[in-house]
Amino acid sequence: MIETRSIGKRLTLLLAGVAALLSVLSWGMVTGLAREGAQRTQDNVLAASVTTIAETLRSEQGEVRLELPYAAFAMLGAISEDRVFYRVTAGDEILTGYDDLPAASPARPGQVVFDIADYRGVAIRMASIARLVLAGEGPVLVTVTVGQTRDGAGAIAAELSWLAAILAVVFFLVAVALSALVARTSLRPLNEIAAAMSRRGPSDLRPLSRPAPADLAPLLSALNRLMDRLRQSIRRSEDFIAEAAHRVRTPLATVRAQAEIALRSAKGDTEKERLRRIIRAVDESSRSAGQLLDHATVAYRTEDLAHDPLDLADLAARTVAAMEPTASMRDILLKLETEPARIAGDAILIENAIRNVLDNAIKYSPEETTVSLRITSAGDEARLTVRDQGPGLGDEPVEALTERFRRGQNTESIVGSGLGLTIAADVLRAHGGRLELGGNKNGRGGACVSLVLPLA
Amino acid sequence: MRILGLALGVICGIVQGAAAFAIEIEDHRHYAGTGERVLRIVSTTDLNVFEPYVTAFQGLRPDVSVDYTVVSSSELHRAMRAGAEFDLAMSSAMDLQFQLANDGFSRPYRSAATEALPDWARWRDLIFAFTTEPAVVVINSARFEGLELPATRQELIAVLRDNPERFSGAVGTYDVRDSGLGYLFATQEDRSSDAYWRLNEVMGRLGPRLYCCSSQMIDDVAQGRLAVAYNVLGSYADDRLAEDRSGRMQILRMQDFSNVMLRTVIVPATAEEIDAAGAMIDMLAGLGLRSQAGDWPLPALSQTGPRESSGFGPIRLGPGLMAYLDPLNRRAFLSEWENAMEQR
Repeated sequence: MIETRSIGKRLTLLLAGVAALLSVLSWGMVTGLAREGAQRTQDNVLAASVTTIAETLRSEQGEVRLELPYAAFAMLGAISEDRVFYRVTAGDEILTGYDDLPAASPARPGQVVFDIADYRGVAIRMASIARLVLAGEGPVLVTVTVGQTRDGAGAIAAELSWLAAILAVVFFLVAVALSALVARTSLRPLNEIAAAMSRRGPSDLRPLSRPAPADLAPLLSALNRLMDRLRQSIRRSEDFIAEAAHRVRTPLATVRAQAEIALRSAKGDTEKERLRRIIRAVDESSRSAGQLLDHATVAYRTEDLAHDPLDLADLAARTVAAMEPTASMRDILLKLETEPARIAGDAILIENAIRNVLDNAIKYSPEETTVSLRITSAGDEARLTVRDQGPGLGDEPVEALTERFRRGQNTESIVGSGLGLTIAADVLRAHGGRLELGGNKNGRGGACVSLVLPLA
Repeated sequence: MRILGLALGVICGIVQGAAAFAIEIEDHRHYAGTGERVLRIVSTTDLNVFEPYVTAFQGLRPDVSVDYTVVSSSELHRAMRAGAEFDLAMSSAMDLQFQLANDGFSRPYRSAATEALPDWARWRDLIFAFTTEPAVVVINSARFEGLELPATRQELIAVLRDNPERFSGAVGTYDVRDSGLGYLFATQEDRSSDAYWRLNEVMGRLGPRLYCCSSQMIDDVAQGRLAVAYNVLGSYADDRLAEDRSGRMQILRMQDFSNVMLRTVIVPATAEEIDAAGAMIDMLAGLGLRSQAGDWPLPALSQTGPRESSGFGPIRLGPGLMAYLDPLNRRAFLSEWENAMEQR
């Protein structure tokens, strides 16, 4: 699997990118507005100043007269420590002030106009107002200009911009934190589905029926369809195996019956021996086919497991009774110690499991030995322990021994399919129990297999 | 060290680049230091008043020689505008100093000491105040014998008006046409008190004597040539009173309103000994913020409050000061002042 960057990270990064963009934009806007605001404040004061001066304009004996009010200058010093320049002109004549101050843009009389100019090497903001004053022969256009350096406005704007920058960074950090949270929250359903899938047992192929967001519904239904197909495909192969096993078993029985008849009427030892070999091989094949059938039954029945109330002792007794002839053929004594143990489950399956374990025990036991079955209950578990006096199970782990078609390392001389313990383990797992394998503790070797089931 | 009225203007040529021009010097002294460097100070503060400061400065920086030139405030302003080369310019005429700073004739200086100054005692790191000095009325006690001492301008007006024969020719004030400080006091009073013009009218009728400088007025009061000197620098009067214990002189603080001037210092744009000038400003700013009055001839910044009779703060160091410096305003103000003062 090639792992690309996670959706959560990608989503977080994307949202953080958007937040960064918005932060920068908002910082830029606030800075712009701050600059504008500071400039307007300065403009207002400048406008008030020029207007105050222009108010004093009058005509005396045909000459333009004015006085520069203290307040007109004092107000300029009220908001900032900016340098102040001014000029008053009547027509082309400079009445007073700084004669090298840059000219203001022309304006209609009475209207305040603002300019930005460079004066004595510094940028200044100028406000000008023109007024018509009747002097001498006719009206003279008198222009009052007041200029101020822009340090104060710049300082205010810079301070606000700095503040905005801090806020933008805070905003960004909060947005990133929220993005991470949002990404996690929106990915939660996906993670939950993944968790539910990985919690499932190996043979659980039921469709997922949990609620999912609309975006995930296609994925979920695709997944469910896939599982359905898989289940059907498994079912088909199990059916096929069962069918095959069944079909093989019937002719094998015929072959065995014919072989036995032939054995009875056989004369030569070699011939008898050959026939016995045939019967043994047929037996083994029949057994294998039976186990394959059992396995298919287990796979089929565990899918929709019954929960009937059962007594493990009954099931054990029934199985022992069924196995008695096989055991007595080899002079093996089946010893059963029971106590009632109520469990819930599928009787056929559990009998199947006990039979397979018992069958194994009988098969691997030498002649004239004892196989003991014992039922105990401890806590909320019922335990059926099957002990034999055979060669034991070797030291392979339980997982290895219950693997399908896997046989122990010390079974070379005995025919077997390797399915017995697998079937038992599958049945127990389906019932919420487990198969425990161990050495016989009474010092005579042998195997000890425990079927553990939860008590009802 | 009083040159004052007797002092003849010394014409001194200072060469700056190719341009030569002259300033009228009232007093001058060179305090030699151990090193090569010379801190050139141009100031309106009398030599004897400022000498302790120079001594203190050379205690801190013995390597720096101090070249101290005393000029009138208007002369100082003119010289600075003409580009005279000094490392420090100190003046009592706040308005002229402010205009120099505003018009770019001073260079910025910033240090921990100047940062410590209150906002009203500095402007744009270009101009620094280190004293607050009130304008006071100085009277000759003998000439006021039998009269109640005036506490407000109204009372002063009444006293002068009711005793014309006693005060005729014995009233003195600044000639605001010549004295920058006199003009500053006069314009600020015009702004703050309506009694000013009535007082001028009354003084004008008495044939006032006009002076260039506070110290001359104080001298004449001490010697009995003047009965009243109006708008005298309180710091100078205090110093003189401390020396002269004859009881002939008295200082009156007007209760209705009192102008408080800031003595300011700038580093001219032409300055070369920036470092030494900065050190001097730091020292002066530090002294301006001293909490103990000490032995210094000039008051500190912080001394204003309790000693002032009125709640008026110092004259604000700001562009408002430029209003009265405008030639049109100045012409109008002076013509009104002349009308009031010269009624003969």
